[in-house]
Amino acid sequence: MDALLLSLRLALCVSAILLAGGLPLAYWLAYSSWRGKFLLEAVVALPLVLPPTVLGFYALLAMGPRGPLGKLWQSLFGHGLAFTFEGLVLASVLYSLPFAVQPLIASFESVDRKLLDASAVLGAGRFKTFWRVILPLSIPGVVTAIVLSFAHTIGEFGVVLMVGGNLAGVTRTVSIDIYDHVQSLEYGEANRMALVLLGISFSVLSVVYAVNRQVGRQISRRLWTPWAAK
Amino acid sequence: MDTLGSEVNAAMLTALLKMKRLRPGSPPFVLDVSIQVPTGITILFGPSGSGKSTVLDCIAGLVRPDSGRIAAGENMLFDSESGVNFSPQARCVAYVFQTLALFPHMTAEENVAFGLDALPREERSARVEEILKAFRVDKLRGRKPAEISGGERQRIALARSLVTQPRVLLLDEPLTGLDAHLKAAIVDDLRAWNAAQRIPILYVTHSREEVNALGERMIAMDHGRVLSEGTPMEVLDAPRHKRLAQAAGFENLLSGTVMDLREADGVMRVRLSESACELEVPLGYAAPGDRVRVAIRAGDILLATSEPHDLSARNVIEGRIVAMETRGALIQARVDCGVEFIVHLTPGAARTLELSIGGRVWLVLKTHSCHFVEE
Repeated sequence: MDALLLSLRLALCVSAILLAGGLPLAYWLAYSSWRGKFLLEAVVALPLVLPPTVLGFYALLAMGPRGPLGKLWQSLFGHGLAFTFEGLVLASVLYSLPFAVQPLIASFESVDRKLLDASAVLGAGRFKTFWRVILPLSIPGVVTAIVLSFAHTIGEFGVVLMVGGNLAGVTRTVSIDIYDHVQSLEYGEANRMALVLLGISFSVLSVVYAVNRQVGRQISRRLWTPWAAK
Repeated sequence: MDTLGSEVNAAMLTALLKMKRLRPGSPPFVLDVSIQVPTGITILFGPSGSGKSTVLDCIAGLVRPDSGRIAAGENMLFDSESGVNFSPQARCVAYVFQTLALFPHMTAEENVAFGLDALPREERSARVEEILKAFRVDKLRGRKPAEISGGERQRIALARSLVTQPRVLLLDEPLTGLDAHLKAAIVDDLRAWNAAQRIPILYVTHSREEVNALGERMIAMDHGRVLSEGTPMEVLDAPRHKRLAQAAGFENLLSGTVMDLREADGVMRVRLSESACELEVPLGYAAPGDRVRVAIRAGDILLATSEPHDLSARNVIEGRIVAMETRGALIQARVDCGVEFIVHLTPGAARTLELSIGGRVWLVLKTHSCHFVEE
C-alpha cells in the first residue's frame, strides 16, 4: 500500500507543478510570434518519442553528484537529488510535460481571436485577457491536461526505474512494486496491486471525462448554438 | 458625464494610412487613404475586400500601418515619424466587430462591465445601469449571449463599447442580418446616445440600404483608396467608379465610346458598344474615342408603348421586351435595344401598358439619369 500512496502523491505533485508551469508555457507557445518557437515546441514534444530510459538516463546524469542539478541541489539543501522523491518529481514533470502542455495549447488556440481583440480594445492587458477570457473558455483543455499528466505519471515505469531506483517508501512506486513482485514470482501480490491500480485509474478517468464532457458541452452550447434557438 | 471627457471627445478623427501587404498568389494589397471623421456618423462604404476593415483595425491599433498618422482630436494615437504608437488598450477607441465578439461565458451585464475594472464598484454599476437602459437591454442583464436574440446582442455589443466613454467609435457592419425596423431602432438609440457624447463614429458597411438609413456623410473606398466622399446622395447617385456603381445598385452598367463633346450644352454623346444606340450623358473627363461606362438605375428609365414626342428627355431608344419577371413589389423587364437594358416598373404600370414579351417599347432616359463612370 505504501507504493500505491507514493504513486498517488507523486502524480498529485507532478500534476500541480505541470498545471502551474504549463499554463504560461502553453500561452507563450500558442500566441508568441517568435520565429524560433518551433525549437521549443520540439523540446516539449520530445518525451512523446524518446524511450523513457533515455530520458531517465540523462535525468540521472544531471541529478547525480557530479551533474549540474545534483550539485545545485546539494548546495541548496545539503543532500543529493538522485534516488529521492524530489528527483522523481522533477524527472516525472519533464516526462509528462507534453501531456499537460499540448491540450492547453490546443484549447488556447481554439479561442476566437476576435474575443482577444475585443478584450484589448476594451482596455484589458494580456494578464486580464488570459484570466478573464482565455482561461474560462479553455476549461475542457485544462481538465484534460490535469487528467493526462496525472494518469501518465501514475503509469510511468522506465523513468522511475532510472532516476528513482527502488527505495521502499521513497521511490518505489506502484509500477515498480508490481514489477518486483513478478520478478520474485509473487503473482498473487502483483495481481492485487495491479487490480487496485487498474480500478483507481479507470474510476479517475471515468469521473473526469464525464465532468469534462459536461463542461465541454455546456461551453460549446454557449458558443455555437444558433442565437435564435432559445 | 465629466466635462473634461466630453471636451476631448468633441474632436475629429483624422487618419493617414499607408500600408502594403504581400498576399501569396495575388497582387499585393496596398492601402493608401487619408480620411477625416467629424463627430456624428460617417459611413465607410465599399465592396468587400476594399480595405474598409483594415482601416478600422489600424485606427484601433490592432494592425500597424507601414506609415502614417492617426489622431483623435488632439490625442496622437499613431505617428510613424515621431514613433508614437499607442497600444489598443490605451487608445480609447471603441470597436464593434462584425461578429460582435461578445464574451460567450459572461452575462450581458458582465460583458458590459468588462471595460470598467478601473472604476470603483458603485460608479461601475451606475454606468452599466445607465447604458443598459439607454440601449433598452436592462432586462437581459443576467443572460448569456447565446440566450439573447440577434438585435439585442447587437445592442449589448454597442453598450459594452460605449460604456467606456471612448474618443472614437468604430463599427464594422454591426447590423448585418437584421431587418430594417430593428436596424432603424438601434440606429435611433445610437444617435440619441451620441447627441450627448458627440464623438466621431465610423460605420463600415457595403449595404446601400444602410447608407440611406444612416446617411449624413460618407466615404467610398475601393482597392485600398478613397474614391469619393460627401453626402450619400453626392457619392452614390453620381458614382464615378465601376465597382462603386455596382455596389451602389446601378442595374445597368453599359460600356461605350465617346462620340463627341458638346461643352456648350454640358453633355457628350456616347455610342454603346456593339449597337447603334447613342446616349446623351453629362459631360465628364473624357475625349472623343475614349472607352467609358454609363451607369443607369433600372428605376430611372421610363417605358412607352408608342413612340413619344415633345419630351424634355433627350434619350429615346426603341427596343423589344425579351423577358419580364416579378421581383417583390416590382417588375423587372429586360429590353433589347441592340444592348440589353434592365427596367423596373410597378405591376400596375405593366398592366396599364399591357406589356408582353416581344412587344415594342421605347425607353426614355433623362440625360442626368445617365452617369458617366470611370473604368
